[in-house]
Amino acid sequence: MPTPLKVNRIGLEPQIYKGGKTTLCAGCGHNAISERIIDAFYEMGVNPSQVIKLSGIGCSSKSPAYFLGGSHGFNAVHGRMPSVGTGALLANHKLIAIGISGDGDTGAIGIGQFVHLMRRNLPIIYIIEDNGCYGLTKGQFSPTADVGSKLKTGVVNDLPPIDTCALAIELGATFVGRSFSGDKKQLLSLLKAALAHRGTVMLDVISPCVTFNDHEGSTKSYAYAKDHDDPVEDVTFVPFFEDISVDYEPGSAQEVVMHDGSRLILKKLEEAYDPTDKINALKRLHETARRGEFATGLIYIEPDRDDFLAQLNVCDEPLASLPLERLRPGKDALEEIMEGLR
Amino acid sequence: MSPTDLSVQEQQASAHKQQVVNDFSIQVATVNGSGSQTANLVLLRSILLMGVPVSGKNMFPSNIAGLPTWYTIRASKDGYVGRKKEVDFLVAMNPETAKEDVLTLEPGAAVVYDEPLKLNALRSDLIFYPVPFDKLVASVCPDAKLRRLVRNMIYDGVLARLLGIDMALMEKALAKQLGRKAKAVTLNTGALKAGFDYAAANLPKQDPFCIEAMNKTAGKILIEGNAAAAIGCMMAGVTVVAWYPITPSSSLCESLIGYMKKYRVDKDGKATFAIVQAEDEIASLGMVIGASWAGARSMTATAGPGISLMGEFAGLAYYAETPAVIFDVQRVGPSTGLPTRTAQGDLLQAAFLSHGDTKHIMIIPASVEEAYTMAMDAFDLAEHFQTPVFVMMDLDLGMNNWMSDAFEYPTRPINRGKLLSAAKLKEIGEWGRYKDVDGDGIAYRTVPGDGLPAYFTRGSGHNAKGQYSERPDDYVENMDRLNRKFETARAYVPKPMVQSNPKAKIGFIAFGTSDYATEESRDQLRDEMKVETSYFRLRAYPFNEQLAAFVDAHERIYVIEQNRDAQLLQLMKLELTPEQQTKLRSVLHYNGLPIDARSITDDVLAQEGFEVARKTVARVSAGSAGGE
Repeated sequence: MPTPLKVNRIGLEPQIYKGGKTTLCAGCGHNAISERIIDAFYEMGVNPSQVIKLSGIGCSSKSPAYFLGGSHGFNAVHGRMPSVGTGALLANHKLIAIGISGDGDTGAIGIGQFVHLMRRNLPIIYIIEDNGCYGLTKGQFSPTADVGSKLKTGVVNDLPPIDTCALAIELGATFVGRSFSGDKKQLLSLLKAALAHRGTVMLDVISPCVTFNDHEGSTKSYAYAKDHDDPVEDVTFVPFFEDISVDYEPGSAQEVVMHDGSRLILKKLEEAYDPTDKINALKRLHETARRGEFATGLIYIEPDRDDFLAQLNVCDEPLASLPLERLRPGKDALEEIMEGLR
Repeated sequence: MSPTDLSVQEQQASAHKQQVVNDFSIQVATVNGSGSQTANLVLLRSILLMGVPVSGKNMFPSNIAGLPTWYTIRASKDGYVGRKKEVDFLVAMNPETAKEDVLTLEPGAAVVYDEPLKLNALRSDLIFYPVPFDKLVASVCPDAKLRRLVRNMIYDGVLARLLGIDMALMEKALAKQLGRKAKAVTLNTGALKAGFDYAAANLPKQDPFCIEAMNKTAGKILIEGNAAAAIGCMMAGVTVVAWYPITPSSSLCESLIGYMKKYRVDKDGKATFAIVQAEDEIASLGMVIGASWAGARSMTATAGPGISLMGEFAGLAYYAETPAVIFDVQRVGPSTGLPTRTAQGDLLQAAFLSHGDTKHIMIIPASVEEAYTMAMDAFDLAEHFQTPVFVMMDLDLGMNNWMSDAFEYPTRPINRGKLLSAAKLKEIGEWGRYKDVDGDGIAYRTVPGDGLPAYFTRGSGHNAKGQYSERPDDYVENMDRLNRKFETARAYVPKPMVQSNPKAKIGFIAFGTSDYATEESRDQLRDEMKVETSYFRLRAYPFNEQLAAFVDAHERIYVIEQNRDAQLLQLMKLELTPEQQTKLRSVLHYNGLPIDARSITDDVLAQEGFEVARKTVARVSAGSAGGE
């Protein structure tokens, strides 16, 4: 008897969740993120045919081709992925959307659309693969580069960085986290929790650029990230379909029940951190930034706010598949309109 | 300042013996924000209810309140609804413009004016009717705060008396305009009557203009082009709308919101649509593209500045082949231009919007009825060809009230284009997103969530399977297929309306709202100068074979457009032979006012070598630099 294949809860093999061969540089942090996305979608048993992958332009935005090969993807224009994703979800609110952006795609050309995406609390997982530089155009600074960080050419950045997590919290995103491409466990837990969240998930993932920004003087290098990572909690995610009890000392952990019944268990580290407290979350981000560190983990969560689609009060059936009978009002309606104009 | 471009010519007033019945224009000069729109629409509708063909045009400033605005109403027993160049009857309510408004009138015109302005001292060749508006409004409206809003209704009453409009019909029009606001109806009816009674007692009729009942408007509606297009979008089954407010397109989406809330909400209160006010026009088109890509019928509406912003996304939609319906309600450019004035100046921009080899389908409605039907055509074309479709309206059509037959209920089923099905997949075997299975350049598409094969959509180079490719042969093959698709579209877009006149050596080509002035000019040329013309009204780009045939059939072709650079003529040149091109001449009108017949007639006669007696041949720039 052949060995039964390894499958997930919807009977799909891991292979289904893979994408095309990456064309990014060997060792690029983005590839590690793609792998975690594959793991998270497989482990959560998400049906790839119901997933849409969206991106803008840049190295990061190429990566949707490298995971979930069976899902529809849309590599849009630079910085404008949020609007395309918004339209797609308006058309079919049952789709599960994951958007991959970069620090330039989000923080520079796309900051306007980013801002309004966060405000709307659109149900999308929005990941910034953040390396502080423009890779495809050979290493120029991006708006998330820290003050004083140095390019390979010796050029020093004088402008303050945009903290995309603080901005996202301020603007209304309901699930904001930061992680590091090299932190497998934390990133995977955050991604799985993201899949259970209904609303905008904004994950800023520090992802060193091995070619242009992984040297001394860069604050987005592997060495710097490892040394300055300040986890706010130890994130454990328990999907609704797994009945696992997690041991923790009373009072030392916080449990967040997600939209789909899953549980997010946050083991507190050196100090009390409450990710549902918006002001505290912003304070923590500012404090760690002042120390030259970056807080990682689930920074902020608001599990119960209505998402954009709920606010629009759209019917349950996807708009894209409504039949004409439901879309074209009858003759009497047109006659009523005409009578009003006579 | 004046919205008309007549030069001043003093003449002695001549006594008018003959009546001028149902064939004149009224211009009401007011200050914007003073509530004059209600009075003007009541006047317009009352003439319609008299059975007389009528049109109304609002010439308003880009301002909230306090700047001059003019409303022109044309009554025409012959059914001409284009702008009439001459003003026959002026209602001068705005002290700031009154003097110039009076000075630019033709001799013999009539003027109703606010008595303290003492306009009668300015000219001796006009007929003046002074009305003490403040005194009259005080008597009918005790609340001083409301007087500003009902004051204008008095001139409706005065005109009803002077022109012979049935007061009962005027009251009916007023009731229609104000709906159920009982207090407003009472106050305005009082003002209406006060004006009528004052005129009856104090203003003996001296001018020749009058309205007499006809039977030419039975069943007709009055509607703005933007509202007409909105009804068309709803009937087309639009589900996702993304827009950003911009004059003169805003009322298209706002009308649509109104209609959809009334007719497209399920019994349980859930909407069968989503309408989003986006952060800008870029995001609007991005949302439309995303929604269309995911299978929804989706649209946006904008004006020139929005079209400029949409450039990059328009190229993406063309190259990645997602449907999109984009209404361009054109206004005067370049840049911010004259936001509240009309033009046809976005033609070239829309035709080739975006970098690289990009070209788009445009459809061009001329009437409110076409705004309605072409809105439906636009969705069918966008989905059939999986490409953006631009509906080229203009401010004159979109924001002015037009008389029309009631719209007919659509009988044709909608065309969702080539959506792959399981059966089709079996039939064609291997599916590629950009594979030309049928030879018409149009490939089969799948949409997310349909369970059929997925693909990766991109604006970067791709092969027939949708895979990333920089191969020269893949690129050329794809671009040639896109061209094939565009060629296929020639036979699908709305066909031109052609009136071939075997006696004509001259052919007119016009599009959109130039239609009315063009038709009227043809009548003028025939009746006044015995010049026969043929007429080709273009309704879409790409052109079909009829265009070259029309050019071949005539010695000279006048291309009539409301822009400076002869944009349609330039577009035609790309497809006509050098010999055909030598026949082309231009009639251009670009002063922000809707084109009028007399300007076309004079221009054509001058180019034809006639000695034109009329003083108005020179295209004097209209309006003035004042105001802001």
